[in-house]
Amino acid sequence: MTVLLPDSLDRALAHLAAEPGAHVLAGGTDFMVEVNYGHRRPETVLSLRRLDDLRMWHVEASHVVLGACVTYAQLLDPALADLMPGLAQAARTVGSPQIRSTGTIGGNLSTASPAGDMLPVLAALDAEVVLASSTGVRTLALSEFVTGPKRTARRADELLIAVRVPVANGPQEYLKVGVRNAMVIAVASVAVVVDHDGRTVRAALGSCGPVPVRCHDAESWVAPLVDWDARRIDDPRTHEAFGVRCAEAARPIDDHRSTAAYRSHACRVLARRALARCL
Amino acid sequence: MAVRDRARGGLGTEAARPDGIPKVRGDFAFSSDLHVDGMLWGRTLRSPHPHARIRTLDVTPALAIAGVSAVITADDVPGELHYGLISADQPVFARDVVRFVGEPIAAVAADHPETARRALEAIIVEYDVLTPLVDAEAAAGWEPIHPDGNVIRSVVIRRGDAAATGDVIVEGTYEIGMQDQAFLGPESGLAIPAEDGSIDLHVATQWTHSDRDQVAACLAMPTDMIRLHLAGVGGAFGAREDVSMQVHASLLAKVARRPVKMSYLRDESFVGHVHRHPARFWMRHHADRDGTLRRVEVRTTFDGGAYASSSMAVIGNAARFSVGPYRVESVDIEATAVRTNNPPCGAMRGFGSVQVCFAHESQMDLLAAELGMDPVELRLHNALRTGDRLPTGQVLRGAAPVAECIRAAMAHPMPDASPDEVLARPGGAGRTSTATEIRRGTGLAVGIKNLMYSEGENDTASATVRLAGGVATVKSAAAEVGQGFVTIAQQIVREVLGVEEVVFHSASTAEVASAGSTSASRQTWMSGGAVAQASRLVAAAICQAVALREGLTPEEVSLDGTTVVTPTARIPLADAVPDQPIEIATTFHHAPTEPLDEDGQGDADVSFAFAAHRAVVDVDPDLGLVRVVQITTGQDVGRVLHPTQLLGQVEGGTVQGMGLAVMEEIVVQDGFVKNPSFTDYLLPTTLDAPEILATFIEEPEPDAPFGAKGVGEPPIISSGPAVVAAIRDATGAPLRRMPVRPADVALG
Repeated sequence: MTVLLPDSLDRALAHLAAEPGAHVLAGGTDFMVEVNYGHRRPETVLSLRRLDDLRMWHVEASHVVLGACVTYAQLLDPALADLMPGLAQAARTVGSPQIRSTGTIGGNLSTASPAGDMLPVLAALDAEVVLASSTGVRTLALSEFVTGPKRTARRADELLIAVRVPVANGPQEYLKVGVRNAMVIAVASVAVVVDHDGRTVRAALGSCGPVPVRCHDAESWVAPLVDWDARRIDDPRTHEAFGVRCAEAARPIDDHRSTAAYRSHACRVLARRALARCL
Repeated sequence: MAVRDRARGGLGTEAARPDGIPKVRGDFAFSSDLHVDGMLWGRTLRSPHPHARIRTLDVTPALAIAGVSAVITADDVPGELHYGLISADQPVFARDVVRFVGEPIAAVAADHPETARRALEAIIVEYDVLTPLVDAEAAAGWEPIHPDGNVIRSVVIRRGDAAATGDVIVEGTYEIGMQDQAFLGPESGLAIPAEDGSIDLHVATQWTHSDRDQVAACLAMPTDMIRLHLAGVGGAFGAREDVSMQVHASLLAKVARRPVKMSYLRDESFVGHVHRHPARFWMRHHADRDGTLRRVEVRTTFDGGAYASSSMAVIGNAARFSVGPYRVESVDIEATAVRTNNPPCGAMRGFGSVQVCFAHESQMDLLAAELGMDPVELRLHNALRTGDRLPTGQVLRGAAPVAECIRAAMAHPMPDASPDEVLARPGGAGRTSTATEIRRGTGLAVGIKNLMYSEGENDTASATVRLAGGVATVKSAAAEVGQGFVTIAQQIVREVLGVEEVVFHSASTAEVASAGSTSASRQTWMSGGAVAQASRLVAAAICQAVALREGLTPEEVSLDGTTVVTPTARIPLADAVPDQPIEIATTFHHAPTEPLDEDGQGDADVSFAFAAHRAVVDVDPDLGLVRVVQITTGQDVGRVLHPTQLLGQVEGGTVQGMGLAVMEEIVVQDGFVKNPSFTDYLLPTTLDAPEILATFIEEPEPDAPFGAKGVGEPPIISSGPAVVAAIRDATGAPLRRMPVRPADVALG
């Protein structure tokens, strides 16, 4: 096995252009498990360890730009958590402190597990994914990037370098059901983002379909029912009906972690509660 | 010279644990850390099918790979083709047929784990897939999947008036899922062949001598040609009672003439050891208006999986303790362990008593509700006492402070309302719940567990104590699996001989006779008894030597505690030691037991231990999420020998029982384990563990060395049922199945 340790993005992209089969290694919290169990036998590994820029983040006009190697622990930094509280809440649910110090947002996106905790929040935030190759840079909406369970639109010669998140002015909630009180894969999760300026409510579900599920019907149904001046919803039946509509968007399955019926039920409860906490 | 009555670090003290500092510092070598220059790596080829005929098996492509030193199959086993703890029914390697997913078919030894993995891939196996038997309740009527048949053992216990009944009858069916021991240290060991053809096997196990006998039989070697050494054990909980890689590694080393190390990966470990039996129950309880139990009827089936392991003993326990720690004059019990193509099940902490406790305690709560009686009062009313008869007719002669355990568990203060922070609520880090969505509930459960082996299995424990140069050395094959016997043995020697410096030497099978298994809550009693007996014989030998030296008759020299008394002097034992070392080996026996007769009657057990647990839970009923807030316990321990180690056993067992109540389950579908990882087999984390408050009831057990009962198993038996009872109390959901899944609460 060859391990490439480029010290600049250009060199990394050149390696990928020359050897598009190389496996990209960021935090390694998914990858090393697969290697240890023989599920992956990469000939070439491209490590991002020396690409310090990818671990940085900055605010650019109305967007937060997160380098692909920003860790879950970094997302908990109050400076970032204030800008994207939902993402920080989701990051806190990932693994143990050791995993959160190592695992990255780019890794979570590239693994593209239906249970990935970043995915529903980024979907509700209307985040974009920035892909670079030696021939240029392109930006995809999250829904274009994640194409299926553990499948993405990244070409083999491309590197996910950043995530662009529009800053939303308003409360955000990420609620996740697992059978354990920490360090657990989501059985079902719901992200709700309120944008007071745009007067929108956006919601997405995790672990309830092959890709993160945006609840467009529920979103467009609820927006006119919000008292945007008071920034609240007075009628609790609206929260309940919002939960029902979000759950209708779910496409869950039965597996060893839970049942489709429970996942739909959990989406309804979580979406109702998330909205009630926001508005 | 100062004379102390007692050496420091004796019984009842917080003696320092000899392996404590290395374990905390990470210096302790576990079996998976074993290494010797030039060693090979062994790996196992396993069945991908729950039931299939092996049509062809061709290992020649694996042997052709550079770096592969040996490939072995059933054809290479020189001795017994089968092994097993009680009945040798499990093939070393499957030859014609595979009976569970993960059953070994071949093993390879190679210069690198990766080479070994490739060698496994190169082995050609063709199968004719057969329909698997996966429903335990269909097993008896199914075509036999093993020459020994599908019913491993059926135990009937009938006693008293079969027509007896009461004013009130309650009936229920219950189900328990498959729990895993989930030790952290995987099955691992290192087999080193010697010039003379003998083999040193270093392995993490619960019983070196049993492993040695099984390895020797399969390798057709005399037992003294196999020397078993206990390697560092990373947890056991019953799963290391059965042989896993012992025979394979030894045979690979013999064939390759090189040291061979094997260490399972986590997914392999989940199919490489036996689990706790899943079980189904039907029970009917008859009682008078005042709550007096009149008759209990039990039908239960335990799924033993493909091979017997210790199923015969587990189902014996299940039958004998299915009524719980209660007095009842009429019983009709039928308990059956069957064979299926599911993963094999065997020993796990609690050994049959855990499953029955969920059923009998659920019944007691149903009965209390039906009678309109306080469930605590109902249990106190029927609680066993010394002198009562068990369903087997055996009279309870030892300590039986069942009512005291219940009162102690109930006497602890109730917890305050949970702090208003999200991590303290159900759902934890997932932030699912706010305080208004939470309901609190309380439940009580009581359990009974036998100590030592039973039903005529009259085992022994041997130990050697040597005193030389002021240092006592204990040589024992008692497997230290984390429980702390190494400390207890030192404390016993200090107590008896008054010598402070005591070394515990974990002896190989070549050095000492068997200590028996580290299981059945037996080592403190059995190996502790052997160490005490040997120490007393050493003390007697010192007295003899003093008599000889001083020209006294043996009658003129006596012992007063740890002081030698002569007509003219009082000498501390440690100072009276002659120049020559004294070394005494001895074997300890427990009071004999007898098999059950055809009606399940007989004095089958040596002793019993009891515990009660009260659980307080917070539940989010809409989502079915649970946070266990507090578990209090009263436990019958006989005598506290080491307060911190005792508390460690109690806290660990209580949380392991709680895990079975709310999250721990091996999910098996059509014979396949669906969650063979710690990602999906969930164990409680520190955020899930409740506050635990324990009271120890010290009523000395007459027959036990120092009056102390085994303490490892009682904590796991009733903690889970207490948690389920508390969830019922909070939600009203019937919850006839353990573990409780969120959907069981939220969707009914």
